[in-house]
Amino acid sequence: MTLKLDSDDFELFAIDRRFGQSRPVLDARWRSLQAEVHPDRFAAQGGAAKRVAMQWAMRVNEAYERLKDPLKRAAYLCELNGAPISAEENTAMPSGFLVQQLEWRESLEEAATHEQLRTLAEEVGSRREAALERLERLLDVDRDYPAAAQEVRVLMFIERFAHDVERRLEALEQ
Amino acid sequence: MTSSGASRRWNNNAMALLQISEPGGAPDPHQRRIAVGIDLGTTHSLVAAVRNGIAECLPDDSGKVILPSVVRYLAGGRREIGRSALAEAANDAANTILSAKRFMGRGLSDIEGRERLPYDFVDAPGMVQFRTADGVKSPVEVSAEILAKLRQRAEDTFADDLFGAVITVPAYFDEAQRQATKDAARLANLNVLRLISEPTAAAIAYGLENGSEGLYAIYDLGGGTFDISLLRLTRGVFEVVATGGDSALGGDDFDAALAAWALREAGLSAETPQDKRAVLVAARATKEKLSAHDHAELACPLSNGELSARVTRDRFESIVQPLVDRTMAAIGKVMRDAKARKSEVNGVVLVGGSTRVPMIQAAVGRYFGQAPLTNLNPDEVVALGAAIQANALAGNAGADEMLLLDVIPLSLGLETMGGLVERIIPRNSTIPTARAQDFTTFTDGQTAMSIHVLQGERELVADCRSLGRFELRGIPPMVAGAARIRVSFEVDADGLLSVSAREQTSNVEASISVKPSYGLSDDDIARMLTDSFSSAEQDMVERSLRESRVDAERMVLATRSALDADGDLLSATERAAIEALMAGVDGLRESTDHHAIDAAVEALAKGTEAFAAERMNRGIRRALSGRRVEDV
Repeated sequence: MTLKLDSDDFELFAIDRRFGQSRPVLDARWRSLQAEVHPDRFAAQGGAAKRVAMQWAMRVNEAYERLKDPLKRAAYLCELNGAPISAEENTAMPSGFLVQQLEWRESLEEAATHEQLRTLAEEVGSRREAALERLERLLDVDRDYPAAAQEVRVLMFIERFAHDVERRLEALEQ
Repeated sequence: MTSSGASRRWNNNAMALLQISEPGGAPDPHQRRIAVGIDLGTTHSLVAAVRNGIAECLPDDSGKVILPSVVRYLAGGRREIGRSALAEAANDAANTILSAKRFMGRGLSDIEGRERLPYDFVDAPGMVQFRTADGVKSPVEVSAEILAKLRQRAEDTFADDLFGAVITVPAYFDEAQRQATKDAARLANLNVLRLISEPTAAAIAYGLENGSEGLYAIYDLGGGTFDISLLRLTRGVFEVVATGGDSALGGDDFDAALAAWALREAGLSAETPQDKRAVLVAARATKEKLSAHDHAELACPLSNGELSARVTRDRFESIVQPLVDRTMAAIGKVMRDAKARKSEVNGVVLVGGSTRVPMIQAAVGRYFGQAPLTNLNPDEVVALGAAIQANALAGNAGADEMLLLDVIPLSLGLETMGGLVERIIPRNSTIPTARAQDFTTFTDGQTAMSIHVLQGERELVADCRSLGRFELRGIPPMVAGAARIRVSFEVDADGLLSVSAREQTSNVEASISVKPSYGLSDDDIARMLTDSFSSAEQDMVERSLRESRVDAERMVLATRSALDADGDLLSATERAAIEALMAGVDGLRESTDHHAIDAAVEALAKGTEAFAAERMNRGIRRALSGRRVEDV
């Protein structure tokens, strides 16, 4: 097998093309790959080797960023399998989820204490865990990529909201 | 302190693979490149180098490794640097510049508490300057004096020219501050191999000495800057996981807070430059005494009376508590960014003179639930780590004993409609990295788009630092929203950003290498060089020739060993082409035209690009097949 800069992330890291992945394996692969391709490894060699190394090091970092983040990994798998996320064009959400979104926004606006924010963060966290479990089943068992893409869009909302809760917590601590 | 006390020896048992040795194909020892690590600190600076496999700080004539970061300007172009300048700091306060690092890449309005400082500031565009007896000086020029002094020390030590230097900067320095540091190095005629973060340098020296593995927090509180970095150490790979801090918080602020308190208590004020400096010097001495004693006197004569106060350690601690709290908040932020739990941290290393304050050791220990490691000299460890990295980047060390994977400390983004910032590369992304994002036009028939590059964490353009602007012109007229403009950000291994924009349907392209608006122009540098370091020109020509010859030699050797190792990847024709290019370089061995040598080397570089790519492939396959057993 010849690896190229445009090999997909899974080929590059020599792992199965699936959602379920072991983070320690990803981390170890990333370090071994960087140990081979990082431009500093070619400090004593000429410009050609360093230029090639720079491209590869960027490519390896790009793949690692995508693989280690479950949301990005899921979106990437959907795309590879012909079900792009296209979040801008697909704004329809399950109605139950929309109601929950509104409730969360309200709770965030009303939350005044550290305690209340923590409770909200935990609730969002467990909703996120549930979404990830569903994604793993849709991608690795059912191979239903359009349904997985829909779940990814839901997860994008959850993560954005989790981020807003974090920001509030940060602001409160300062 | 002696130079041998400053040395660090590898721990051979724990990390055999980290042993520094001359690789088989390296050039002969006469061509070993001399590369140093420089810790350009707010309060003091050091230079270190790897000699015989050992990193050590280089002492001056009197055996001292520490150079106070102080420059005193005298009339007629004379100047004093270091200890002698520091001795006159209170007598000649306006002409004696301390802590120049705090002003690097900063405008006058950025400097908090400037009214308490004894300088005659000039509000120059971009960066603040100082009016001295020898004219107006920029912080870049002051820093260049210090760097030149250390370069001289190293050249005297080795009786040879330097190939280059790794200079450390606070992890939290932004692009403007980093660019200012690079400009200072250029003024000092130093070839910068890399700027690396101070906590990262400390981790290299610490990790190599102790054979450490796992997650380490480096708390670095210097004279003027604070950094907190979280690094993962794995078999010689130093991976920065997250970094944070405050580039305007350090021991100087402790002194200023204590001085302000003492003046208030005594009902006095410091009006003259002499008074302002004297009270800061006295406060610093008192702070240092309080590290070992329960109470101390703060006393100094001022022009409007005698300042005298008794300070208990409790009192001092309550005065500086808000500053310590700021560092603790930064730790919390870095732990959140890294998604790391306190219990996962294997060790906490303290760096920087200000970590001698017992209250800080206690606060850090309490936060992490473990006593911080203090078994290394907090003043020297940064320079030692920089020296180790410099040795590797000069190509002296074996190619695989260590690897540094650094991150960008602050997010990079673009201005979008409504003065908002769209983040393209988030902070703590591992470099080198490339990201692209698509934008579109806002009005019908729009043919140009302005690209404004920003750095910082805030949502509004006005709250971030502007790094540069450029325009993409010649977009074919289309209805609003139809154009697809892909903006690509690339950050190389040095952390330098370049940005390009391309309209996808028409392939119109524009790009810049970002140089912050606060950086000096090439003309500025040229002027400063002729102003103060005019003898350098002839040296530069000779030096270029020597460098070109060494580069040529190395390139041929590297190609030869690549052919030996992986020549089977080439066809006979391909191999012959490479051999011919090598002969071309070899033929210029005696030439005195460094441009000709450089051109032949570049031709060889270009001609071996495809071969390099093939070899890279083989390396990656090796990484994936050979190291499976190491996977968890």
